[in-house]
Amino acid sequence: MADEKDKPGSGEEYGADDIEISASPRLPLPTSPRPRVPVSSLYGVMAEFDNPSHLVAAARRTYEAGYRRINGYSPYPIEELWEAIGFHHTRLPLIVLIGGIIGGLGGFLMQYYLSVFDYPLNVGGKPFNSWPAFIPITFETTILSAAFAAVFGMLALNKLPQPYHPVFNAPNFRLATRDHFFLVIEANDPLYDHDEVVLFMKSLEPKEVTDVEV
Amino acid sequence: MNAAYSAPPEVGRWQQRALIVGVVFTLLFAVGAFLDRAQFFHSYLVAYLFWTGIALGSLAILLLQHLTGGAWGLVIRRILEAATRTIPLMAVLFVPIILGAHQIYPWTHHEEMSKTPALEQKARLYLNLPFFSGRAALYFAIWILTAYLLNKWSQEQDRTADRRFTKRMRMTSAPGLLLFVLTVTFASVDWAMSLNPDWFSTIYGLLFVIAWALSALALAIAAMSFLTSREPMSRIVRPNHFQDLGKLMLAFVMLWAYFAFSQFLIVWYGNLPEEIQWYLPRLRGGWGVIAVGVILFHFAFPFLLLLSASLKRNPRKLVMLAGLILLMRFIDLFWMIAPEFTPESFHVSWMDVVAPIAMGGFWLAMFAWQLRKRSLMPTNDPQYDSLLAQAQAPAHAEH
Repeated sequence: MADEKDKPGSGEEYGADDIEISASPRLPLPTSPRPRVPVSSLYGVMAEFDNPSHLVAAARRTYEAGYRRINGYSPYPIEELWEAIGFHHTRLPLIVLIGGIIGGLGGFLMQYYLSVFDYPLNVGGKPFNSWPAFIPITFETTILSAAFAAVFGMLALNKLPQPYHPVFNAPNFRLATRDHFFLVIEANDPLYDHDEVVLFMKSLEPKEVTDVEV
Repeated sequence: MNAAYSAPPEVGRWQQRALIVGVVFTLLFAVGAFLDRAQFFHSYLVAYLFWTGIALGSLAILLLQHLTGGAWGLVIRRILEAATRTIPLMAVLFVPIILGAHQIYPWTHHEEMSKTPALEQKARLYLNLPFFSGRAALYFAIWILTAYLLNKWSQEQDRTADRRFTKRMRMTSAPGLLLFVLTVTFASVDWAMSLNPDWFSTIYGLLFVIAWALSALALAIAAMSFLTSREPMSRIVRPNHFQDLGKLMLAFVMLWAYFAFSQFLIVWYGNLPEEIQWYLPRLRGGWGVIAVGVILFHFAFPFLLLLSASLKRNPRKLVMLAGLILLMRFIDLFWMIAPEFTPESFHVSWMDVVAPIAMGGFWLAMFAWQLRKRSLMPTNDPQYDSLLAQAQAPAHAEH
């Protein structure tokens, strides 16, 4: 790891070890006095870690440094990670609540309409609007609708399905489904300055820092 | 290490206050025994089932958290353990129920029971005082033994940090929980359902299991919030622990409503005279008003509020809701028991208010006394280290 500072600007790879990377177009080398990196062609900068606690610690520091458009990638859910990247509020609970209310009202009103207007049947002398008997189905439709709202709301908020995502351009990213952990600062972050971000990410002592192309 | 988690001095002060309240209200309640003997025992039974429910519900949650693990269980474990050490007190307080059984249970009246062959047989084979007392002794023996073992091993774990005790507590909790549900089912049939020897409901026992677990959880949340506003627990307890307890309370509220409604729906749909006779007095007049109040404030209101994550993370708001649930637990219990004594119309006596306060004073005094005896955190539990690490992590995400 010691020699990583000695190899600045070696294309899209800023990492320590000599992992060979090919098949992706090289970025312009930084030139003095002010390197111009075509920011528009970059999705962001990715740091690679080999254990989850390192990723969480790095994510915390990144958030504290003021970066907001950041994302973590891990083979399995890490509870602390979403807190570390400052991901507090999601609209999913509201969507699920609305789904549940629609399901509950819909289920009850469906039974009410069927038993009172559409096909009234005298069952054991009970009133047509036998609401206690409607409750179990109302409960079921509430749960069903809330569960659908949760699944499809989650997919929609995550913009899934997503056939293309730039992070897969990073050569090592396939390890995100195995045993490696990644942190990305996206190029649309208000504080984004390519060189600073690369330097900052190196200061987190990752295994490797890589540019991610769009 | 253990001195680091000794109870704050306020617990001792609360113990004294509770004891004073207990003594004063017991004297007041004792006057009632001379004024109206029957009412005395009726009020006693409701108060007894309420406070016993908290002690036994704590045992249920203690068994549950040994099985599931998790930080929420670790932070309230000592509260639950202290509550389970009050079960011997409740065993002693069962004696007046045996002494007053003739005032409470219709099956002690032989001339009434011999009217129909079915009742006569029930009374002869099952609902008679010697067998009733023997069964109660067996239930208490099982509960006290379970509580004793878990408390003992927990103390050993504190002393030795031996992983064996962790495993032993978990291994005991699985059969312990099964046995608990069985014994509480039998106890609820004996102590409450037999007030109406004609009537039966098979979900009644589970209704008591969940109702008692709910009241115990509400009390544990109240105690937790009290302790967390002070050293040393303020160092280790985080809003997400309260959120987990709040989630559990939401689940218990829903499960209670599910069981209570299931019983009602089956009886309502079947519409059989021998089944609806339990509900008819309870849904009319003043009792009916209480029934609506129970639906609104035991289920609807807490359910809607507990959906909110920010409320669950706020100990001060959560403890108010826990207080409401404790109150509604008592009112629901009153609604289940008292109409058996006055089915014609709603009736509440001053003793119905004095009895739970008198018994609660003694119960809380014993609870506080037991709470002070041990460290408030099981610091040698294997899960403690991760809890500590979490508490020391930067808290920028907490808000």
